[in-house]
Amino acid sequence: MVVNKLKEFNIKDTQEFSYQMRKKILEMSYNAGSASAHIGGALSCTDIISVIFSKFLKYKKENLLWHERDRFILSKGHACLAYYAALNQIGVLNDQDLSSFEKDNSNLAGHPVKNLEKGIEFSTGSLGMGISIAVGLCIAFKKKKNENKVFVVVGDGECNEGSNWEALMSASHFNLDNLVIIIDKNNLQQTGTCEEILTTENLSEKFKSFNCFSSEIDGHAHAQIFKAISQNLNSPKPNLIVANTVKGKGIELFENKNEWHHSVLSKKVYDEALNSLNKNYDN
Amino acid sequence: MTIDQKKLKLFSSIGMRASFGLNCLDFVKDHSDMMILTSDVSTSAGLDRFRKQFPENFVDVGISEQNLIGVAAGMASEDYKVITTTFAPFQTLRCCEQIKVNLGYMKSKVLLVGLASGLVLGNLGFTHCSIEEIGVLRSIPNLKIIVPADAYELRKTLEYYLNHENQPMYMRLTGGSNIKQIYSENYDFKPGKANILKEGSDICFFSCGTIIGNVIEAANIIEQEHNISVKIVNMHTIKPIDREEIIKNKNFKLHVCVEEHNVIGGLASAISEVKCEESIFVKQINLGVNDQYSKSGSYEFMLDYYNLSAKRIADKVVKEIK
Repeated sequence: MVVNKLKEFNIKDTQEFSYQMRKKILEMSYNAGSASAHIGGALSCTDIISVIFSKFLKYKKENLLWHERDRFILSKGHACLAYYAALNQIGVLNDQDLSSFEKDNSNLAGHPVKNLEKGIEFSTGSLGMGISIAVGLCIAFKKKKNENKVFVVVGDGECNEGSNWEALMSASHFNLDNLVIIIDKNNLQQTGTCEEILTTENLSEKFKSFNCFSSEIDGHAHAQIFKAISQNLNSPKPNLIVANTVKGKGIELFENKNEWHHSVLSKKVYDEALNSLNKNYDN
Repeated sequence: MTIDQKKLKLFSSIGMRASFGLNCLDFVKDHSDMMILTSDVSTSAGLDRFRKQFPENFVDVGISEQNLIGVAAGMASEDYKVITTTFAPFQTLRCCEQIKVNLGYMKSKVLLVGLASGLVLGNLGFTHCSIEEIGVLRSIPNLKIIVPADAYELRKTLEYYLNHENQPMYMRLTGGSNIKQIYSENYDFKPGKANILKEGSDICFFSCGTIIGNVIEAANIIEQEHNISVKIVNMHTIKPIDREEIIKNKNFKLHVCVEEHNVIGGLASAISEVKCEESIFVKQINLGVNDQYSKSGSYEFMLDYYNLSAKRIADKVVKEIK
C-alpha cells in the first residue's frame, strides 16, 4: 500500500504531525542526558520535514526498499532529531528505537547513519554533502526514466560550505527537475548569527542566478511549504525553497536562543518546554 | 576484446591512462549499468572515444571533485557501477572527506581511479604529483586499494570491480607511456593476494605499480653483478594487505620496499605494520619519496632523485647488504 500519495492539503494533519514530532524531539533530547542534543536546529526544520513526510514523500512502510520511493536527505545531519521523529510518525521507527538515541551501540547516532532497515537512506553530518548525493540520485532516476523525487533539507549556516555551490551548479546544468531543496533559514549558526559569521542574505536571488527555480516562504506556515513544493513539482528546473524559520521554534524558551543549538535538557527545562509546546498547540 | 600479446604490447606502449580508457570502452559493452564520472578530464583519462560513443554511460560534473564523489555515491545507491576518475591528487585528497563519508562510511560501490599518480608529472610540480594518497586512504575503513603493475593488471582490476566488488575501491595508476609489460594473457589476478614475479633467497623486494619495471631491472643488476639472489613480490593490493605473503618471507636477510609514494603511510608502512604484529625481525629498507617535496623535473629525474631508477635501487640495496 502506498501510504502517502500527493493529496489535498489539510492543515490539521500536518499540524498534528509537527506537534507529535516536537514532542518526540523533546523526549529524545531529555533521554540523551549529558550526551547533549542538537535541539534548536531540529525544531527550526520540523514543520518543513513534517509537510514533506506527511504530504509528499512516496514510500511503502512494509517495503522500505520499494524502488519507486522518493528519497529524503537531511543534509544538515545534526538536526537528526527531527528526521528520527518523522520516521517515528510514519511508523518506520518505533518508540524503543527513539529511546536509544545517542545511547551506546545505538542505530540512532547524533547524526544520521545510513540504515535502510530503519529508513535512513544516507549518512550525513559533515555539512555540505547532501545536495551532491541528491544530484547523483536525480541523474540516476532521469537516466532510468523513473519518476522518483528527491527532497533535501539544508541549513543556512551549512551554505557556508563551498561544496553546496558545486552541487547546485551541476543540479542546474543537468536540469534536475526531480530535485526539491529546502533551506532551513533560521539565521543562526553554531557560534553566532549568520550575518556575523558569513552572510547568507539573498539566498533566493543567488539560487535564481544559478538558473534554479526559487521562492521564499515562511518555513513554519504549512500551507506555504505545501504550496512552494507542489506548485513547482512540474518545473523543468531544480526547485530551491528558502524557508525563513526560527531556531527552537515551538518552544518559547528556546526560540532564537543559540545556547540551545546543542545542549543538555534537564528535567525542569524539559517539563517547561513540554508545557510551552502544549500551550502553543492548544492555541 | 581478445587479449593477446599484440594487445598487451599496445597497452604497454600507450601506458596506463590510455589503457584505462580503452578497457572501459571494451567493458561497457557487457556492462550497460557502468557509469563513468569525470571532472573535466575525459581526454587525459583516454575516455574521449568513450564519451562520444557511450554518452548515456558518461557524466562530466566539471572541475568539482567534492561534488564528483557525492554524485557518484548517489548514482551507486541506484545500483550503477560507478567509476570516477581524475588526476590522483584531485581524485583523492581534494575530496578526502567525501570519500570517507560518502564511500567508506556508507560502503558505496564506487571505483576511484587516480590518474598519473606518483611522480610521472614531476615537471608540473607537486600539485600534480601524488605521493600521499595511499597513506591517507589506507586509514579509511571499507576502502580497498589496488595499484596495478601494468595495463593488464589494470584490466583485471577493472574486471574484478565490475563483476565482484560491492564496496568502494581506489585504483592508483602510475607511469607514463611505454611502461614495462609485466604480465601475459595467462595471468591469474587475485585481489588481496600478492603475485610472485620471481623467486629468490637473499633479498625480498615488495613493490607495486609500474615502478616494478625498475625493480625487475634492479634485480637483474643485483643478481648478475653481485651474485645475490632476489625475490620480487608484486603487492598490487595494498589494502587488504596479503599478510600471509609477508609472513612467508620472514627468513630473508633483507626486505626492500619500493614505491612511488612517500615512505610514510604507503606500502612500506603497511608491510611494517604486519611485521611488527607478527614479530618478524627482518631489516627493511624503504625506497620512495623520503617525506619531502623536491624541486620539479622530468619523470626520469624524479625517479633518480628519489632512488627509484633501476640503477639507484640496485646501488642502495647492494650497499645495504654488503
